[in-house]
Amino acid sequence: MAYVPLADQDSEMEMHHPHSWVTKYVWSQDHKVIAIQYGGLAIAVGVVALVLSLLMRMQLGFPETFDLIDPSSYYQSVTMHGMIMVVYMLTALLLGGFGNYLIPLMCGARDMVFPFLNMLSVWVYALSVIILMSSFFVSGGPTGAGWTLYPPQTSMAGTPGHDMGIVLMLLSLAVFIVAFTMGGLNYVTTILQYRCRGLTMMRLPLTVWGIFIATILGLFAFPALLVSAIMMLFDILLGTSFFMPAVIESGTPLDHNGGSPILFQHLFWFFGHPEVYIVALPAFGLVSDVLSTHARKNIFGYRMMVWAIIAIGGLSFVVWAHHMYVSGMHPYFGFFFATTTLIIAVPTALKVYNWVLTLWEGDIRLNAPMYFAIGFIFTFIHGGLTGLFLGNVVIDLPLSDTYFVVAHFHMVMGVSPVLVIFAALYHWYPKVTGRMFHEGMAKAHFWITFLGTYAIYLPMHYLGFLGVPRRYYAMGSTDFIPESAQDLNAAITIAALIVGAAQILFFINIFWSLRNGKKAGPNPWGSASLEWQTPDTPPKHGNWGDELPTVYRWAYDYSVPGAHEDFIPQNVPESVEPTADEQHFDPDHDASKADT
Amino acid sequence: MSEAAISGSNSTLVDDWSADKQAYHVPWGKAMMWIFLVSDTFIFTCFLTGYLHVRLSTTEPWPLQSEIFALSFGGDPIPLILIALMTFILITSSGTMALAVNFGYRRDKVKTFWFMVATAALGASFVGMQVFEWSKLILEEGVRPWTNPFGATQFGSVFFMITGFHGLHVTVGVIYLLTVAFKVKNGHYDKKGYEIVEIAGLYWHFVDLVWVFIFAFFYLL
Repeated sequence: MAYVPLADQDSEMEMHHPHSWVTKYVWSQDHKVIAIQYGGLAIAVGVVALVLSLLMRMQLGFPETFDLIDPSSYYQSVTMHGMIMVVYMLTALLLGGFGNYLIPLMCGARDMVFPFLNMLSVWVYALSVIILMSSFFVSGGPTGAGWTLYPPQTSMAGTPGHDMGIVLMLLSLAVFIVAFTMGGLNYVTTILQYRCRGLTMMRLPLTVWGIFIATILGLFAFPALLVSAIMMLFDILLGTSFFMPAVIESGTPLDHNGGSPILFQHLFWFFGHPEVYIVALPAFGLVSDVLSTHARKNIFGYRMMVWAIIAIGGLSFVVWAHHMYVSGMHPYFGFFFATTTLIIAVPTALKVYNWVLTLWEGDIRLNAPMYFAIGFIFTFIHGGLTGLFLGNVVIDLPLSDTYFVVAHFHMVMGVSPVLVIFAALYHWYPKVTGRMFHEGMAKAHFWITFLGTYAIYLPMHYLGFLGVPRRYYAMGSTDFIPESAQDLNAAITIAALIVGAAQILFFINIFWSLRNGKKAGPNPWGSASLEWQTPDTPPKHGNWGDELPTVYRWAYDYSVPGAHEDFIPQNVPESVEPTADEQHFDPDHDASKADT
Repeated sequence: MSEAAISGSNSTLVDDWSADKQAYHVPWGKAMMWIFLVSDTFIFTCFLTGYLHVRLSTTEPWPLQSEIFALSFGGDPIPLILIALMTFILITSSGTMALAVNFGYRRDKVKTFWFMVATAALGASFVGMQVFEWSKLILEEGVRPWTNPFGATQFGSVFFMITGFHGLHVTVGVIYLLTVAFKVKNGHYDKKGYEIVEIAGLYWHFVDLVWVFIFAFFYLL
């Protein structure tokens, strides 16, 4: 079978060049336009979720003062905030946005392998967002079951949105999974099969590795959510009893029996835990590249960073029941899941050490992206340490469903990925738009966000130790919670409002800089990786002009002794500049077999 | 290209993954189909695991499949006869599909076309028998997703959900096969090559394989 790799059939490659405004910007098959569509929509729904969180904070901080939301809409806000942030914002932005933009550029490809499917992906994603948002406008409003959607309460009369809201939520999730699958197949296949000459897997930037493993996690984990969504839809619409046991509601027995609510929890968390790493791994990758570039040093322990990503990805499938300690399980299972959970700390800590060691003795340039990247190391260590508490069964039980848990997961998978997203948005903004952003505004944005984050979440740990339960509309008065807790709550709310408002700086910055930013040039940060070596900035459709690039080194040749500059782009041959790359692989001599 | 890559047999996993350009020596479409099928495997695994779980959690006895899925042709009812026939048809269709792939690589357009059409026809007859099975259970026995006269309500729910999801896969497969078959006939792949027949075949074999598991776990267990 004569079969030619994609990177070698370049001359015959057909590009579907757009002919009109509509095919260029709406039904575009260009991965860069699709990335911006994905990212823009994800950020837009993220803003909706941010506003919902501020509404909740105002209620919690000043329960008698603001009359913005009632208990029902409080629960609806909790649910929609959680689901939007985790799935529709973080997953879509990191994989659909950054994945689409960076994978083909970093792999030296012209586009994704299947651009049409890629285009479908973003529009099906848009459809899922429309379905989700429409639940705000149906009778009963969106579901208020909490983002975990645990049955049987999702469909019981006491839960807001138990009729239409939950149906739309499940439908929207199913549609989202279809969109994700279409995009995800593209990302994985492109990384595997469409790398340019000389680009081995072990020369890929860590961004690509993070997105690669995260997408594989998504392709294997989202099926569990799809199946649980289908089963729950059947329970609600057809009256089946997959998850519904015999329930008596206000004295009337419901028409269900013999179902298992625990089954839903298992299916949900079999998706839900890998989902944490679907969000975290791309962030790990992006932050590695930002840190290395701005520290003018190669990433410390590249190979171990790759293996850590793979190990975390693998482990993430065998820890899911640590979300279910309070649901009750055999102590041996608790032991198993606690052990696997704590083992994840090993590769994760390895990554943190390597980030810090990348900074060690680096020629650090404190640009705005670097601020956010270093801020991430702080918040991530913080969130990771509280994860060690919650991974242990005996410590988790009393802390479960308190603000300690809220603080933990917001630090580790809320704030940390968001800081990386800002780092990455500022870092790649010059490539996407061709202009620089306003540095001062970006730094102000960083300080308010970063310090505000600590003002919000540090006190929450303490509230959790006091035993303040989460998901409560109002605390009322209890014997075990001192009244001073309410003062903390008010302070948290003020900090949250300031942080929320500070995000306006970000939007002003990126829109103002589109016109008024100074011209960035092709490679303003002096970055070695391939996406900064495109002939045009922003890159044109097809990315590479007449010929695909050839890669001679890894993406981290910074401050190499004897080189002319403090960085050497990946496409500069070893005969021209020295390299620090451990792997000796010369595409001009041996095109398909690494010399190990 | 090195010798190892050309001969295929000598190239190891490590060689493939440490090479540039691509990790597998296959067209991208084939790699993508494989990844999709692994993802789809997780869907069916979740369905079957969910089924086994509710079968344990339900409070009522699980019906005897051999009695429900029995047909009598004049004499005593023969257990699972229809399901056995359906399984036989689907597995036969895998054989015709394999022949189509073979003739595709030999660039024998006519034979490829006819074997693909035969595969699609066998698939369609499978779906037809499923329709018969469904209508018999719904109309004659009164089985519904939310109830059935034989015992545990989950029996009906699981039956319609899992066989329905699989039947959907078969139906999509029939449409996919026919689309590719007519493109083969029109010479659409003369330049691009006939890997697409094998890619469609991968999907078809997967659907067959899933049926084997549904047959074993739902009908026999």
